Amino acid sequence: MPPRRRKPFPFHILVFLTPAVLIYTIFMVYPLIDSLRLGLFSLNDTGREVFVGLDNYRTLLTSDLWAPRLWNAIRNNFVLFAIHMSVQNPIGLLLAALLSSQIIRGRALFRTLIFTPTILSVVLIGFSWRLILSPLWGIAKDILGIFGLESLYRPWLGLESSALVAISLISVWQYVGVPMLLFLAALLGIPDELIEAARIDGATGWGVFWRIKFPLILPTVGIVATLTFVGNFNAFDLIYTTQGALAGPNFSTDILGTFFFRTFFGIQLQLGNPTMGATIAGVMFLIILAGVLLYLFGWQRRLQRIEL
Amino acid sequence: MTSRRGGNKRPPRGFGHWGQVVAAHAVLITYTVIALFPVLLVILNSFKSRRAIFRNPFELPNSSNFDTVGYQTVFEGANFLLYFRNSLIVTIVALLLILLVSSMAAFALAEYDFPGNALMGLYLAVGIMIPIRLGTVSILRLLVGIELVDTLMGLILVYLASGIPLAVFILTQFMATVPQALKDAARIDGASEYRIYALVLPLIRPALGTVAVFNMIPIWNDLWFPLILTGTERAKTVILGAQIFLGQYISDWNAVLASLTLAMLPVVILYIVFSRQLIRGLTSGAVK
Repeated sequence: MPPRRRKPFPFHILVFLTPAVLIYTIFMVYPLIDSLRLGLFSLNDTGREVFVGLDNYRTLLTSDLWAPRLWNAIRNNFVLFAIHMSVQNPIGLLLAALLSSQIIRGRALFRTLIFTPTILSVVLIGFSWRLILSPLWGIAKDILGIFGLESLYRPWLGLESSALVAISLISVWQYVGVPMLLFLAALLGIPDELIEAARIDGATGWGVFWRIKFPLILPTVGIVATLTFVGNFNAFDLIYTTQGALAGPNFSTDILGTFFFRTFFGIQLQLGNPTMGATIAGVMFLIILAGVLLYLFGWQRRLQRIEL
Repeated sequence: MTSRRGGNKRPPRGFGHWGQVVAAHAVLITYTVIALFPVLLVILNSFKSRRAIFRNPFELPNSSNFDTVGYQTVFEGANFLLYFRNSLIVTIVALLLILLVSSMAAFALAEYDFPGNALMGLYLAVGIMIPIRLGTVSILRLLVGIELVDTLMGLILVYLASGIPLAVFILTQFMATVPQALKDAARIDGASEYRIYALVLPLIRPALGTVAVFNMIPIWNDLWFPLILTGTERAKTVILGAQIFLGQYISDWNAVLASLTLAMLPVVILYIVFSRQLIRGLTSGAVK
């Protein structure tokens, strides 16, 4: 038997894959893993890293110095998420439903205009709203005045009771375009025959939407919820811009992102603490991972079963 | 099928229908006003005198209230042209590199059936859902170690790494739709594998556009990494420069409004020009 001809080693596959894999590994995967590792270490007096196991996590979760800040940040993060889920995503769905309807004139124009705030930097949006809500300029008060509601005006960003809600609503205002576009793409993807069939069966617009269209876009609902979750638990810029790194007043707008930044980077006289910062990043990692897994195994699995 | 209306596809259009049409437009117009009003308010007032900003904030700029003192302060007080240059370099170079290395990897994943292909795809996809910010502590140490902190290159590498996962994921799906016969024909003509990659690339231009759109806005608008990875003027981006300037000049309303406008306008103008492609790119990416 002649010797089997061996294929030459496929070097071109290596050439194609190496740049992306190398850069992704060095500048994303390695830092993420190294950061998780760093959360298990502590710097001693000489500045050397010492392995301390889960001590940092224990300190973070239980000590009087750290725990109240952590739980406050987690609670605020969930409030932020709840407001996005209950305000941003329903408004996004409503706008998408309207924009997918044949009765609207100028759909492309509306879509483009409503998406505008989303493309702008959070820094610029944050400062703009700071000016608009400021009692000095009085814009918010004037606008309430048009409806005779002037007495309702408060400096919302400055009050402990309302700052977090105000921040959340600014963020909702900015990002409503994202769920709108995702829902719109899903709604436009529904075959016309399905809708026509339902109409012939006598279904009304309202009925068609909730009984036919909404169940068909459930996968998008899951994606939107997951994106919202990851985005909110990774948020930082808006609060840093409008409320500062101390997330005032009195930490009422402090979320994990700002807590992480202060701890690791330091602020004013407080020095940065990289290992404790890495520990907070570890907590954020676990929360985001839990959210993503819940989506992959809870939501998607269930949907697949329904389709079968 | 019992309540079938003979031949009538839609319910008859009566008064209720027109009520619906008007109400739907009213909702959209109201929301559009809510979305644009704050942005317009900032831009319009940046061209007015301090007195006019406070006295008549809703008035359009006109000959009696026009004033560009804010812009003068901005150009004297901050290095905005340098920041613009930095932001442009970081965004464009990072985008081009994301497109290049991701399309190469996507080509390999879609074209060749090698052992570990699925695993490699999964490895690259994990980064889609995990934000790179969580690795910031180690990224800073790493860049300090290789002396890339406070450089545009450092920022580019970080954005490049974080852009790769989604780019590879989207591009692999599109690469897979390129007809096999086309590539095989080229192979028979003796084209190398690299030549075939170059042949396929123009065929997935819409997908490359989608990927560019997905990455461009977040890179240009990012505050986090410039804040942490740059210290001096030389590597500051527009957004970080604006953030610092705004913090310093917060009581000078003309300067604040002018700097907000300066930072917004280029993006808004680009958006007006490219909005059609951008939104189409976002929606087509979303369907995938």
